[in-house]
Amino acid sequence: MTSLISARSLTKTYGDFVAVDQINFEVRKGESFGLLGPNGAGKSTIMRMIGATLQRSSGELAVLGKDPEKFGPQIRAHLGVVPQQDNLDSELTVRENLYIYGRYFGLSKKFLTPKIQELLEFAQLEEKRDVKVEALSGGMKRRLTIARALVSEPEILMLDEPTTGLDPQARHILWDRLFRLKELGVTLLLTTHFMDEAEQLCQRLIVMDKGKIMAEDSPAELIRKYVTKEVLELRFGSDKNSQYVDQLRQKCDRIEQLPDRILLYTNDGETLLTEIVGSGLHPITSLVRRSSLEDVFLRLTGRSLIE
Amino acid sequence: MIAKGAVAIAEGRIGKPLEKYYAGRTRAPLQRSFIAFKSSAWLVVLSGFVEPVLYLFSFGFGVGALIGGITAADGSTISYAAYIAPGLLATSAMNGAIYDSTWNVFWKINESKLYQGMLATSLGPLDVALGEIAWALLRGLMYAIGFMIVVTPLGLIENWWGLLAIPAAVLIAFGFASFGMAATSYMKSFQQMNYINMLMLPMFLFSGSFFPLTVYPEIVQWFIKILPLWHGISLIRDLTLGQIDSSILGHVLYFIVMIALGLWFTTKRLNALFLR
Repeated sequence: MTSLISARSLTKTYGDFVAVDQINFEVRKGESFGLLGPNGAGKSTIMRMIGATLQRSSGELAVLGKDPEKFGPQIRAHLGVVPQQDNLDSELTVRENLYIYGRYFGLSKKFLTPKIQELLEFAQLEEKRDVKVEALSGGMKRRLTIARALVSEPEILMLDEPTTGLDPQARHILWDRLFRLKELGVTLLLTTHFMDEAEQLCQRLIVMDKGKIMAEDSPAELIRKYVTKEVLELRFGSDKNSQYVDQLRQKCDRIEQLPDRILLYTNDGETLLTEIVGSGLHPITSLVRRSSLEDVFLRLTGRSLIE
Repeated sequence: MIAKGAVAIAEGRIGKPLEKYYAGRTRAPLQRSFIAFKSSAWLVVLSGFVEPVLYLFSFGFGVGALIGGITAADGSTISYAAYIAPGLLATSAMNGAIYDSTWNVFWKINESKLYQGMLATSLGPLDVALGEIAWALLRGLMYAIGFMIVVTPLGLIENWWGLLAIPAAVLIAFGFASFGMAATSYMKSFQQMNYINMLMLPMFLFSGSFFPLTVYPEIVQWFIKILPLWHGISLIRDLTLGQIDSSILGHVLYFIVMIALGLWFTTKRLNALFLR
């Protein structure tokens, strides 16, 4: 498969601070690729370097085979950018936002008229077409931002934290739309600090922390490689948690103590719970769940994704 | 004809002059301003036109009645209203241009992130700068035409050269708009933005808008002659009073340099802010 984006030892520094530290990755045509990591991991910095709006400090970067620093406008013409913070044109209506954004790319009215109709349908905003952007809900604004990014028929859609700040229902609508795009063969590149979002949308992802790549694979493969199938979460009460940790350690593959609870990694959570209760321990609450990317991140960095 | 796609359009610019900064699409941001303008507050727009007219009636005819006439450079006597009308026209061109290129631009850079959105497309920073400045000019042009429509029937324009006051006002607006936008791109807070206003008012009051510079000591005169508004007022006054000589060229040149410097700094700065 051809790679649309390829980074070799890509680095961005701001004075002494290394935001992106010699990273390597490839994004292939048609895949949905994710950058997962906490705030400040360097995800947005990478996005901006790919989007030809930020210059790298060193290393190689090729987007569609071209250097973004030499062919900025040409590369930006291939990309649809959904920034972390909405930057819709609040003085314009929904339809006008799509139209004028197309004009920025130099697209003709003839091209844009049917395109806008198609995008309004896609974003489920037909009824809001003549409404000023200010009056839209957060979820609608995000959908419009995505529709706007699609106006130039980009080869790669780049989404920086697409659902941050949205309520659960709006997130699911958005995921559904992005899934639809994936089916249409649009290459998606997205950053997120939500593990469920990464699991839902990304075929392949890199886990990032402090400007470095900690791991790279599909979500399922990452979970298989780094953690057990299931997790047993136990709460004994905040001051009592630590006194049980040593006792529990022998019973499972790995144990993590968080401020409010203890996580026990095992392939069979229910059996472990029965065994623990049988040995005379009585946690206040207990929960058996499947391992997630959150656990992968905890394993790799010793920290949680959302702090 | 098949409509051209975004990539084909961008590829077509390869090898053109300034290809990294200019996509040849000044029209796009200009069109954006026009669409936004259609639904904007008309009263605010109108105030830019009304303000100089109010000054003209209060000072020109009010204070003018006390003063009588003013002796022009060639020795002839002109009415006080005819003396200050060009100053007011130049000032309104300046105010309109500065308003559009400072507060509006500050908001678009720092609050609405509008330029960030524009520059994520294949548009270049020079397109954005020129488009925004072109809009400020159109507004300046409208104000200038409106003002001329009021003052000409009052007999304040002495001859046909006076018609050139309209393009002169646009030139002045161009200078202030490009300089204002460049200055704004360096501003970080609303407090700093107020410095611009602090400069504008004294410049308006002391640049020969209401009385000749000859009332000042020579050193002060020289200082004022460095400032752009004096050149603007002198340019328009020479035209409306029909005093056509080589000094007009000097004023025009002053603004051409101002425009070039402003555009250069704005483009450089937008590039540094959003494409680096």
